[in-house]
Amino acid sequence: MLGLSKKDTRFLLIVIALTLLTPILLQPFPEGSGLAQFNAGYPDLMQRFAIFGIFAIGFNILFGLTGYLSFGHAAFLGVGSYSVVWMYKLLSYNILPGLILAVIVSGIFALAIGYISLRRTGIYFSILTLAFAQMSFNLAYSVLTPLTNGETGLQVYTDDPQILAGENSPTSPHLFGIVMRDNFWQPSVGGWEFTFNYGYYFCAIVAILAFYLSLRIFRSPFGMMLRAIKTNQTRLNYTGLHSRPYTLAAFVISGMYAGLAGGLLAAMDPLAGAERMQWTASGEVVLMTILGGAGTLMGPVLGAGFIKYFENIFSKINDSVLHGWFGWMPDGMEDAIISVSHFFVGKSWHLTLGLLFMLVVIFLPGGLVEGGQRIARMFRRKKTSDSDAEHHPKPAPHVGE
Amino acid sequence: MSKTTLTRRGMLRTGAATGAGLALPTIFTSGASAFTNEPGDSEVVLGFNVPQTGPYADEGADELRAYELAVEHLNGGGDGGMLNTFSSKVLDGTGILGRKVSYVTGDTQTKSDAARASAKSMIEKDGAIMITGGSSSGVAVAVQGLCQEAGVIFMAGLTHSNDTTGKDKKANGFRHFFNAYMSAAALAPVLEKLYGTDRSAYHLTADYTWGWTQQESIAAATEAMGWNTVNNVMTPLASTDFSSYIAPVLNSGADVLVLNHYGGNMVNSLTQAVQFGLRDKQVNGKNFEIVVPLYSELMAKGAGENISGIVGSQNWDWKLEDEGTKAFVQSFGTKYGFPPSQAAHTCYAQTLIYADAVTRAGSFNPCDVAAALEGYEFDGLGNGPTLYRADDHQCFKDVLVVRGAENPEDEFHLVEIVEVTPVTQVTYPPDHPMFAGGDLGSCNPGA
Repeated sequence: MLGLSKKDTRFLLIVIALTLLTPILLQPFPEGSGLAQFNAGYPDLMQRFAIFGIFAIGFNILFGLTGYLSFGHAAFLGVGSYSVVWMYKLLSYNILPGLILAVIVSGIFALAIGYISLRRTGIYFSILTLAFAQMSFNLAYSVLTPLTNGETGLQVYTDDPQILAGENSPTSPHLFGIVMRDNFWQPSVGGWEFTFNYGYYFCAIVAILAFYLSLRIFRSPFGMMLRAIKTNQTRLNYTGLHSRPYTLAAFVISGMYAGLAGGLLAAMDPLAGAERMQWTASGEVVLMTILGGAGTLMGPVLGAGFIKYFENIFSKINDSVLHGWFGWMPDGMEDAIISVSHFFVGKSWHLTLGLLFMLVVIFLPGGLVEGGQRIARMFRRKKTSDSDAEHHPKPAPHVGE
Repeated sequence: MSKTTLTRRGMLRTGAATGAGLALPTIFTSGASAFTNEPGDSEVVLGFNVPQTGPYADEGADELRAYELAVEHLNGGGDGGMLNTFSSKVLDGTGILGRKVSYVTGDTQTKSDAARASAKSMIEKDGAIMITGGSSSGVAVAVQGLCQEAGVIFMAGLTHSNDTTGKDKKANGFRHFFNAYMSAAALAPVLEKLYGTDRSAYHLTADYTWGWTQQESIAAATEAMGWNTVNNVMTPLASTDFSSYIAPVLNSGADVLVLNHYGGNMVNSLTQAVQFGLRDKQVNGKNFEIVVPLYSELMAKGAGENISGIVGSQNWDWKLEDEGTKAFVQSFGTKYGFPPSQAAHTCYAQTLIYADAVTRAGSFNPCDVAAALEGYEFDGLGNGPTLYRADDHQCFKDVLVVRGAENPEDEFHLVEIVEVTPVTQVTYPPDHPMFAGGDLGSCNPGA
């Protein structure tokens, strides 16, 4: 179906099902229970999962396939956001023109930056992209303030032209009248509360399309060529192939993905801040991709979800929440446990994330996806232990896993 | 690929199914509450959104302490703090409108994006009815915009830029802290008294919105009394080494250096300026002077002895002698063992002011609360008589001019109060050019 093999179709369907059921899957604990703190099924975080999933999928097309490590992808994220907010200011709160412009502008940006940076490989390429991104950040933060509103961030004011906005059109981002921040269904089943939000489902559909496109790229001859570049670029050059157009194409595509993600961020929340372009944001997508598993399709999405979950859920566990959890213990023990766990939650969430990142990189170099594969293999081996495994050639690992 | 055939029945069936599917959601959208996050009968949740990591983490930590203290006092714990000195007596230690106050915290990381994400999760997940906090103007403006859209009240914490209640003001946002214009208006007469009217100032300014509004304000106020602005040099935000910016000051003919920096930036630039020997220089027959318009205790601690004799302004200081300040310092000191910073004070005051406004309005509806706050005059929260102006939601109160102590007795006495500038001197019309271009809009109760 859709030009995919049977296995890929099944994989895509699983991804679609997971994406669409996210509001239920992320709300595993009933409201009011102590574990409700760990629920992540509220619109903003789900939107972020989908958006940063798109960002990481796009980054993976460059880093996972060609091996070029870009440290400047946040620049495209920021460019996308600014494009969308400018479209709000000039036209109306409809998100569509902005998103289209975001993809186009970030593509042009990526073409310019890629054209220069891709003359070098390895660490030099990384440093060049980092320099460009930092340059964009500083421009947005202060020099180009009339265009970006500097530190304060670009937002829509009541005296902006908005020439396409009708009298009764919504005053927050919408798609032809469907307001992104609105929830269309908030059922409460037993103690469980679920939120189904227009904005999330819009992001989810875009994310599924982005995922499908990346699946097709992975399976195409073009994807094969990109993998050849990663494996041995020198040999490729000796066979008479000019590899740069391929890497440039991959760079532009992944830049456009980042622009789309940035645009969606502004489509969910009509503000574009300069920090979106800072090098820490570029580093974050690298972490996401490596944590999930570079070069796999599902890995970056998992990594994005993992990091965003920590940032939003663990950072909110403060001492009073801890006291609520461990209140049943004897006093001395309670204080001891809280003073230890204090270092891993709340403002110290970075520490927990760092430890987990180290564990993953050391023990699961293939990322979370490798962890999943190992578990799956453990079960599979038990079932087929009597077959003659030794004398069969190993099947090539499926990149979709 | 499957072949699709269109039949009349098939069309009808699909049409009916689609119609039902589209109509389904509308059954569930009937609005149950009149405004966003209407609290239940037993509990009300406030959202404390402060920087816990990043350059302003120290300020954030102190703000959080103040919030926890305020919640304790609102729920009737502790010694009641400024509840006892507050001119409004409707708060009786039984929470807000009979509901126990609980809170959630979040980390803004001093980034607009992270701050908005954190505030959104408080509103969407935890049901917070009010968001407060922030240690940087960019973050405050961003979160204020979000609260306006979401329909909750935002009580700004430490934010000093003119824009927060100027061109970025919002109907749901309120600021207790003073601003750059007030700093300049309070500083100018003191500078005139100390250094005379014939001075040439050289500005080093952090290159972003807050730095610019402060530089603009200070330059305007000092030029009005006869000073001459020799030069204004923008310094990149992330600089730690200011030596290349300070060296040209010596040859510029200026005899005053104004550092429009904050936090770690200011600690570095001031330290380097003093190390360059600027303060020992004689220019135009006068002693060379340094001015730091926005002071904080935490910065004074960072700059150490370099701060002695340097003039700046503050919103509040724990050494003030009024009843409110004494009560607050007493209960803060008892709980944490050291005096509160001005960031802690403004956050504590904001929480009390909000709780009071809700009680007086008799409702948590943001529009009722805003109406209760607008034009409200109160006293006893440490700043003397204070007005929440209706036109721009800015508090008007006395401003402190302070100076680094020559011989501090301990680390809590690094600054001494030079003068308390009366509120009339720092008041400006709502349509002042430095605050022009904004529009409060109308209050948004959400849902």
